[in-house]
Amino acid sequence: MKKKKSAAARSEQRWAWIMVAPTIIGLIILNYIPLIQTIILSFSKTKTFGATQFNGIENYIDMFQSPEFWKATWNTVYFCILTVPVGIILALLVAVLLNAKVKFKGGFRAIYFLPMVCAPAAIAMVWRWMFNGEYGIINAIFGVDVNWLTNPVTAVLACAIVAIWSSIGYDAVLLLSGLQSISKSYYEAARIDGASRIKQFFSITLPMVSPTLFVTLIMRMMASLKVYDLIYMMVDQTNPVLPDVQSLMYLFYREAFVAGNKGYASAIVVWTILLIGIVTIVQFIGQKKWVNYDV
Amino acid sequence: MNRTTRIGGKSAATVITYACLIIGSVIMIFPFVWMILTALKSMSESVRIPPTFFPEVPYFENFQYALTSLPFGKLYINTALMVLGRVVCAIVFSSMAGYAFAKLHFKGKNLLFALVLIQMMMPSQIFVIPQYEMLSKVGMTESIFALIFPGLVSAFGTFFLRQAYMGIPDEIAEAAYLDGCNQWQAFYKVLFPLTGSAIAALTIFTAVFAYADLMWPLVVNTDINLMTLSSGLATLKGQFTTNYPVLMAGSLFAMVPMLVLYLIFQRQFIEGIALTGGK
Repeated sequence: MKKKKSAAARSEQRWAWIMVAPTIIGLIILNYIPLIQTIILSFSKTKTFGATQFNGIENYIDMFQSPEFWKATWNTVYFCILTVPVGIILALLVAVLLNAKVKFKGGFRAIYFLPMVCAPAAIAMVWRWMFNGEYGIINAIFGVDVNWLTNPVTAVLACAIVAIWSSIGYDAVLLLSGLQSISKSYYEAARIDGASRIKQFFSITLPMVSPTLFVTLIMRMMASLKVYDLIYMMVDQTNPVLPDVQSLMYLFYREAFVAGNKGYASAIVVWTILLIGIVTIVQFIGQKKWVNYDV
Repeated sequence: MNRTTRIGGKSAATVITYACLIIGSVIMIFPFVWMILTALKSMSESVRIPPTFFPEVPYFENFQYALTSLPFGKLYINTALMVLGRVVCAIVFSSMAGYAFAKLHFKGKNLLFALVLIQMMMPSQIFVIPQYEMLSKVGMTESIFALIFPGLVSAFGTFFLRQAYMGIPDEIAEAAYLDGCNQWQAFYKVLFPLTGSAIAALTIFTAVFAYADLMWPLVVNTDINLMTLSSGLATLKGQFTTNYPVLMAGSLFAMVPMLVLYLIFQRQFIEGIALTGGK
């Protein structure tokens, strides 16, 4: 059987290799070689004219001794804590509301999704203006006088608010597709039993949507641990609160491409990947407690 | 179904539902409204205390200032070429690889597919420095190609289109072989045309993320004539630090192309993202 088909099988194999070749070669050149280079670079010192020299774990020692680095690590984790739970809960709320029988559903969905199609650079620009301490509309609306972006405490909050505002629609669309796959018969049975709407939410909706919720949560956590563009646009490199707000990826950008310390920057990026990996593994272990896979 | 529910209870819930959705919508839309209103104010009106809501006299010069300080024509073209380049590469290469991984038998298939999966889990920042160094070594930074470079192949696209090909029954491919097609012809003539909705979703996904990308364009092209809308806007921020009407006008210019596409293909955008979601 195997021998009889060998000519055809060989031709199939040849075509398969030809067809995967561009992708595989591309991945090796664009991703796998750079991955190894970044790791090597993190153990090297950048010298003048871009030459590098192996220096062991010196970058890592420097990094672990740098208060700026630890602050950036904390800022990143703090940003994640501020944005992810609130963002996911609000997105779930929007998804549940959109899943109810409402008129103009498509319109609402389109409105919530709007920030997704706008470049973060443009979005951050208008929020900067709205959070402006002297002339900003947010201070005017709430009748307060806060220098949002030049105060270390409020600058993080402002960035978190923008991040949540930007991500709600996207997460809600993902969660909505999860909600729509829940069979209506569960709700009918619950209604016959006299369960209230709130009861229905916690005993039917939440367990049934938990797999989608988990995927959305993982994705959102990874994205927020990698945050860069939003903070870069909201808080300038000359802003005195920068050390209190900058994320690991912002610090990475500044070390690699402003200061030119590519070795040190590589150590930062390796650390960030490890951090993301650890958080993700913890999530995957924790999911067993709350994600429900028996449909 | 709902007829059996009590009328009183239902209408209260409905009112709350609509109230929440409308309040949320206002919060979602307000920044865009404020952007437009500010772009139409003179600098002196924009810094008035208390702020005016509507511009007293629409002031269109801001758009001119934005246009003279940034070459928006070039930014549009650069962004379009970057998006187009990444989309075409993602479709062509990922379709081929996706088909092979889904329908063909070959040695090393599992190992090679593992390479695809592992890449998907790695954040793109880990590649940025070496990718930049590669281009810099061959003198190809400051070019359109540099903008496309990290998107020449797409692991996610390969994974996503493999799913699409797995959803097509094997019988269709086998019928094509019986008709004398080889694997390439079966792919190109028969199966590829069946993946239209997946291709549309991948196109939107790739375009939205390429358009939003900031770090790579900022790093690789420092010549203003080779920037994208995102990185150009970051530069405009440096020039007009406090002139927000001009910054808002520039932001509007940067947002318009994708917004127009979104308004036309709204359903495809949202469904495409929902389909590719969880990446």
